[in-house]
Amino acid sequence: MIAGRVIVPGEAEGESLVTHDALSFWGGYDFHTGEIIDKHHPLAGVRAAGRILAVPFSKGSSTTTAVLLEAVRAGTAPAAIVTTGPDAFFALASIVADVMYGKSFPVVSLEAHDFASLRTGERLHIDRAGIIRRKE
Amino acid sequence: MLNLTDRDRAMADGGEGPARALAMSILVRMAGVYHAAALMDISQAHIDSTIYLGDATLEFAERLASLGARVAVPTSLNVSGVDECGWKDWAVKPEWAAKAARQMLAYQRMGAVPMWTCAPYQTHMRPVFGQQIAWGESNAISFANSVIGARTERYPDLLDICCAITGRVPAVGLHLTANRAGQLLLRLGGVPAALQQDDQFFAVLGHLVGKLADDNIPVITGIVVSPAEDQLKAFAAAAASSGRVALFHMVGVTPEAPTIEAAFHGRMPTQIIDISVADLRAARRELTTADGRELDMVILGSPHFSLAEFGLLAPLVAGQRVHPRVKFLVTSSRLMTERARETGVLDPIVAFGAQITLDTCILASPMLPPEIKTLMTNSAKYAYYAPSLLDTRVTFGSLADCVRSAIEGQVVRDESLWQSA
Repeated sequence: MIAGRVIVPGEAEGESLVTHDALSFWGGYDFHTGEIIDKHHPLAGVRAAGRILAVPFSKGSSTTTAVLLEAVRAGTAPAAIVTTGPDAFFALASIVADVMYGKSFPVVSLEAHDFASLRTGERLHIDRAGIIRRKE
Repeated sequence: MLNLTDRDRAMADGGEGPARALAMSILVRMAGVYHAAALMDISQAHIDSTIYLGDATLEFAERLASLGARVAVPTSLNVSGVDECGWKDWAVKPEWAAKAARQMLAYQRMGAVPMWTCAPYQTHMRPVFGQQIAWGESNAISFANSVIGARTERYPDLLDICCAITGRVPAVGLHLTANRAGQLLLRLGGVPAALQQDDQFFAVLGHLVGKLADDNIPVITGIVVSPAEDQLKAFAAAAASSGRVALFHMVGVTPEAPTIEAAFHGRMPTQIIDISVADLRAARRELTTADGRELDMVILGSPHFSLAEFGLLAPLVAGQRVHPRVKFLVTSSRLMTERARETGVLDPIVAFGAQITLDTCILASPMLPPEIKTLMTNSAKYAYYAPSLLDTRVTFGSLADCVRSAIEGQVVRDESLWQSA
């Protein structure tokens, strides 16, 4: 069990996808497919739709938020985003998705050592209090 | 705990109309994300939300416009998703053009100024030192904070317009003096002046700094030349593409860094990294993702080409002709291009066979036909994003290399300076 800090509350369950490299969703995420497309990024070619994406923070374009909003609308967004600090770009996408479509996703921030303990391919559950549990 | 003023509360409660209420409700929730204790006034905004991506960005813009949203402060608009005058010459689909134009109209209806540029700091809406502003567009944020000394957080699309509509921002981050201190010291060592004078240098350095800085404010020492504004523009855009640099200090160059002590507000750096010529060479190599000499298009103007850049390009192409197999495209705003026309520097560029795309760029508008696979550019931002967004391969080079390659119809680069340095 990991106690995260709630940035945007919500509940989600899914397979984890973990990276230690920051990501710009504009130029980095195809909202038509839910795939990470930044060729400079280690996760290039991996589909993040429906997964719990652990990425330390956003980088690059201001349009990251808009791409993520499009992904929520299209049903291709990650189920949740886990970061190492409050990232306004990810949080805003979830908040505006709630306002526009009544569909938000949880954004949870972890201490560095907790973030470092995450592994790709685990079945994770996030609750509204920001508690992350590993499922069997 | 967030303390709102009576006016903030009135806006949130709908006392100033439903659009301000919606914008304020998003702003208040974001103030919670930022852990802001209060909101504060801004006196200018720049809106990156103009970039049309799909139905969600359009629906958001039209929702605000239909609620009667009006900006509360002077507000400029970033690039759009379509060149309204020229899109038919390219592979843009009519449905895209129509929807992107609707999104442009929605933001214009809010009373924002249709600058349609990602370089708003090179228009008459350039902010001044110390001015509190809310800017979107990563390169513009970095330039405004670092080169001008104006103060903006790193605003995402969709929030920038909420700030403009309310005239308020969370009082956090780079708006506050204490948060503008340098954190990471990057020391250029043994980088000769000749290399620093090369027109690729600041773009390459920016690409490297963006990668090294993580989420820190970098301070760069060892600059021995006086960079032109467009070189600092190239640096800012590169560092905000490979990384998330929203503020940098270049000692002896940028206004909040007359000395290294001033850049760090008298504190010690959290980390020191030395940058060598070898590091710069490696960073430059990374910007080139093409191999071989094939060339379909030279692309210039990310951030948008300035009058000075048109002025540099004109004598390089005067009397020459672009190779018939190669396209040569410059992206800029209609306002800047008009100024270039008035001053006479546009004529030789057009006579050369260059095309100009206005108010958008190849990344924001799906304009390139699929047969364009290999690009050449002097822009680190184009070089960073084009391989992923457009499935193209890119060669990075100097402005002179780009022109020579366009004339010869294949990639040619003068490597002498970078090899010998």
